[in-house]
Amino acid sequence: MTDASQTPKKPRLTRRELERRRLILRTVGLGVAAVAAGLVGWYPVYRKLFDRLRPPGALAEKEFLAACIKCGQCVQVCPVEAIKLADGDEGYGLGVPYIDARAQACDFSCDAVQCVLACPTGALSHAIATKEEVTMGFARLARPESCLAMKGEGFTGLARGYDFTGLLRYEEIDRWEPQPVASHPYELDLCDLCVRECPIQGAISLERISDDPADPRRIPTVHKACVGCGTCEMICPTEPAAIIIDTEITLEAQS
Amino acid sequence: MKWFLHKLAMMFGADPRKAAPTEETDAAREMKRFKKTPDQVQKRKEIIDHEHQYPLVSNKWRNMRWASIILINAMFIVSFAWDVQLVEGSMSASRFLGFHMADPNAALQVFLAYKDLVLNLVIGTVTVVLLWWIVGGRAFCSWACPYHLLAEWAEAIHLFLAKRGWVKDHPFHRGLRVVLWFIFMGLAFGTGYTVFEYINPVGIVSRALIYGPTVAVVWVIFLLGVEIFFSRRFWCRYVCPIGLTYGITGAVAPVQIKYDLEKCVHEGECRAVCLVPHVLEITKMGYASDTTEFIGPDCTRCGLCVDACPQEALSFTIRGLDKII
Repeated sequence: MTDASQTPKKPRLTRRELERRRLILRTVGLGVAAVAAGLVGWYPVYRKLFDRLRPPGALAEKEFLAACIKCGQCVQVCPVEAIKLADGDEGYGLGVPYIDARAQACDFSCDAVQCVLACPTGALSHAIATKEEVTMGFARLARPESCLAMKGEGFTGLARGYDFTGLLRYEEIDRWEPQPVASHPYELDLCDLCVRECPIQGAISLERISDDPADPRRIPTVHKACVGCGTCEMICPTEPAAIIIDTEITLEAQS
Repeated sequence: MKWFLHKLAMMFGADPRKAAPTEETDAAREMKRFKKTPDQVQKRKEIIDHEHQYPLVSNKWRNMRWASIILINAMFIVSFAWDVQLVEGSMSASRFLGFHMADPNAALQVFLAYKDLVLNLVIGTVTVVLLWWIVGGRAFCSWACPYHLLAEWAEAIHLFLAKRGWVKDHPFHRGLRVVLWFIFMGLAFGTGYTVFEYINPVGIVSRALIYGPTVAVVWVIFLLGVEIFFSRRFWCRYVCPIGLTYGITGAVAPVQIKYDLEKCVHEGECRAVCLVPHVLEITKMGYASDTTEFIGPDCTRCGLCVDACPQEALSFTIRGLDKII
């Protein structure tokens, strides 16, 4: 060690220098880990693992994720609590609002777009002011074989069973207080629930299947006016729902 | 001025240092000289011995601060749970009695990702910046942030284990926070996603408290685990860009912690409890530049040092108040 005749080797690091070097390495490691953890959220978005129906007024999906500040003010104003916030498995969708229409559709009980008014960042665009201007998605008769109207059948009882927690505005009962769907039994000769409960004028109608006037069968036909609120999907009594909402992502994939 | 810039640089990761002779005031130089006389050294030793014999424990500021964090977050929870419309939203953005509030760090990311500005967001951000500028920028961290409270409890466990030698603190370089701040802002701009919000424990905890638990909370628990077993307060000290944003906000805040050189006996109780101990390096013998000075922009105004100092050498003050009265 003290032999001066030895060829000069790389000077040995002092304890202090060694500590410093470890600290720098550790710091680089932490930095890389933090950025990597942040980038994990990109995967579910890139692979489009989730196809979510966004609240009324939502910008196009990519812009919506950018503009949303993840505060949940839209959740708080919704009178039927249709809006939920996504979890960490949705990547950059974490904390971003969506609507699960089958569980609780947006039925415009708020008399149009309280969530839009609540949004502080314009992710739910203030460009719309009425429910008719909304374009969340578009309804589609996805399972015509199970549709009761297509079979010419009526419907009696609770649309979604006694334990369904969803709410709906039944104007004839109370215009201001949304009622549980489970408290409202139906007795219909021909099931027209999707048309009956649709909150948008002229968005959906039942059309004849044949020219035979005795044929009770009807086909639910969605028109341009449909805003994709999902009320038809929620109220549809078949399991799974015969009519569903195609979201922006689905519609893009189809076209 | 140069000394203040040094303190600002410390917030951006610079190592603390002694005040150079040119940065010292005459009064400070005189007092330091006086404090080094054998008579004074002996006197301080006696004071410290006495303190160790009869330790004073005060948790006054900590208790007020914990009450503040709990109250602020409870207002959010209650507003939604009982629909009282007091503070609607969460920590990232809200309406307080109808007035817009927005977290400047989240708002900046949204602006960079969305590349568009909505007036409500600007109003909310400016309101929050002004409010927290008054009470000291990073006061947000210690007086409002829900993760801070959890991290303080994790820190207590860490210290308990460390005292028994079961865990060891692994510090990182504080410059990392600045690098990450720019990386995450750059990612928001480049990818169009608010990337940091995906790993932001403040947002995750705040939303979980208000809207119910989520799987994302597992991430927060993991972070707390790292703080307990590997590195003391690592998220707040070395990672969180929100802390830096608020630090900049409150760089010249009215509310300050004042250091009094004359009263200080340089035992270092304050540095042992501090989240950002580099700001308290001025309490080391010979480090201060003036007989009284404010301890710097990175300080979270948590008051732990005020509670810890038995000599009352550290105190809350309002900049310029002595001149007014």
